[in-house]
Amino acid sequence: MNIVKAQNIKKSYTQGKMQVYALRGMSLSVDQQEFMALAGPSGSGKTTMLNIIGGIDIPDSGTIVVDNNDYSNMKQSQLADLRLKKIGFVFQAYNLIPVLSAQENVEYIMLLQGVAVSERKQKAIAILDEVGLEGKYNRRPSELSGGQQQRVAVARAIVSNPAIVLADEPTANLDSKTGESLLDMMKKMNQEKKVTFIFSTHDNMVMDYAKRIVKLKDGQIEDDIIKG
Amino acid sequence: MYFELAWRNIWRNPRRTLVIITAVVIGVWSMIFLGAFYRGMLNNMLENGKSVLIGDIQIHHKNYREDPSIDKSMEQAEIVRDLLKANLSQDTLWTERIKVSAYVNNARHSSGVTLVGIDPEKERMISFIGTSIVKGNYLSPDDTKGVLVGKALLEKFDTEIGKKLILMTRTKHGKIVSKAFRIRGVFKAQMESTEKTYLFITMQGARNLLNMEKGISEISILIPDEENVNIVAERLKKKLDVELYSAETWKDLLPMLEAYVRIFDGFMYIWYVVVFIAMGFGIVNTSLMAIFERVREFGLLRALGMKPWRVIASVLTESIFTLSVGIIAGNCLGMISVFLMKGNGINLALFSKGAEYFGMSRIIYPVLTLNDVISVSSVIFFLGVIVSLYPAIRAAQITPVEAMRE
Repeated sequence: MNIVKAQNIKKSYTQGKMQVYALRGMSLSVDQQEFMALAGPSGSGKTTMLNIIGGIDIPDSGTIVVDNNDYSNMKQSQLADLRLKKIGFVFQAYNLIPVLSAQENVEYIMLLQGVAVSERKQKAIAILDEVGLEGKYNRRPSELSGGQQQRVAVARAIVSNPAIVLADEPTANLDSKTGESLLDMMKKMNQEKKVTFIFSTHDNMVMDYAKRIVKLKDGQIEDDIIKG
Repeated sequence: MYFELAWRNIWRNPRRTLVIITAVVIGVWSMIFLGAFYRGMLNNMLENGKSVLIGDIQIHHKNYREDPSIDKSMEQAEIVRDLLKANLSQDTLWTERIKVSAYVNNARHSSGVTLVGIDPEKERMISFIGTSIVKGNYLSPDDTKGVLVGKALLEKFDTEIGKKLILMTRTKHGKIVSKAFRIRGVFKAQMESTEKTYLFITMQGARNLLNMEKGISEISILIPDEENVNIVAERLKKKLDVELYSAETWKDLLPMLEAYVRIFDGFMYIWYVVVFIAMGFGIVNTSLMAIFERVREFGLLRALGMKPWRVIASVLTESIFTLSVGIIAGNCLGMISVFLMKGNGINLALFSKGAEYFGMSRIIYPVLTLNDVISVSSVIFFLGVIVSLYPAIRAAQITPVEAMRE
């Protein structure tokens, strides 16, 4: 079943005096529980597509349906609600609120969702254990390594059992060993929690982990590789 | 957790937060202290004005104010007395006076004065004269030949207690009369002009001088509760025969004083506005700097699904915490300053002539009321929240896409 169905997506934006065409009529379907990567060089449109799937950017034309929600019929507040409940985000950097601890960063998303205090605490600790951060609940981001910070971001992204996790270059600031460890953990979450993962990347290591690679070039799909 | 997050956020950059707090502290402190000083000044002016024979309400012959001469005295004073006994509360104080323009002289000097015939026992409860004798004795009720003079007049006339002064005036029938009175006591007033203007003799002494069996110039009333003055004045106006009498409050009798009160009010409001504008710019500018430093964080929060109104609420909560700390500290400093000044007051000796022109004493004691503290704190708080709206709305307008491009 398609968790994401994008049809003929076009998106452009202005950069200085220039008009940049980020997506030129891209169509993409993603099935539930996929572990896939949007790959391509800088400027290929992968981050833009990820943002459109996540509802934080609006296409100039085309349709996008995520988990049976047609974005063209939705107001900004409805998109915000959808992101809160159904979509998890992991960014390349600046993922965490610096004045909150690891546990508090994970709890914060549940606080926004209106989850009760005791349940929030319990779930936050449990998910931090799952991502390999047991005992580090009270550490602030400045007291965690880059890889640990990304683990907290992943924990926050999946704590409420979202339909999709969108990860934009999550390993870009990590060394290969840490990156590998992060990807192992995300793969585990994908298999155990049945969460769909969509990456935007130009990192070969991420592409090696992905079961499907959609290669983008100049705002269009160049290739769509499903590994056996 | 929202409050905890807001509190931690304001201390991300302690120096910047302390700058805002300092601006608020200075604003609140200056408003509290100047407000207390101003209120002390006003109270002083009002006390001085009212205690120099004005009181809260006066009753006169209806034409007395246009022509304050002996011709315009209230002949049927007993009617007015009965009316006052029936309409004033037990704790209201009042007294009668005969007031005429007179001439005082001795061998060396002469001067125009206002001669006031008083009931010594009632008068001491209402006006300044009862507590201002610095030399000699106060008048006794049956003393028809004694006079109280001001210290400045005594010095001007180069005379002393026990010596005589000749008082000359005009009777109701147009006859010029004069009599010798012996100085019994010397009074000191807040203002030198008062000491040079008024001479006090007993009511009977005045009647003897003026050949007046009955009739009084004025009745002065002191209301125990300041707030009831207008109510009592209106009540008396309705009961008095307006063809014969008039009743006026101190505001009617001292229009200049009321004008000074309004002028000072105006100055204080201008001061408040200036302080607030300066503080407001500081708050907005510093808050905007904090917002722009956190663009990516606000973008992240919006990406996670935080709605704009929550972003506004979170930024406003941070402002509220900052304002609250500043207001509390400013109030503490303000109260400490007022408390320290309360003992010895603020000495305006350098400006004594100017102060006297406005009817103020040389030493002003600041007066702080709970109402003032609440007003200043509320105004700063609400206006502070309002100016914080702009940075909060700017933060809410940050989109995740914009933030990522930063």
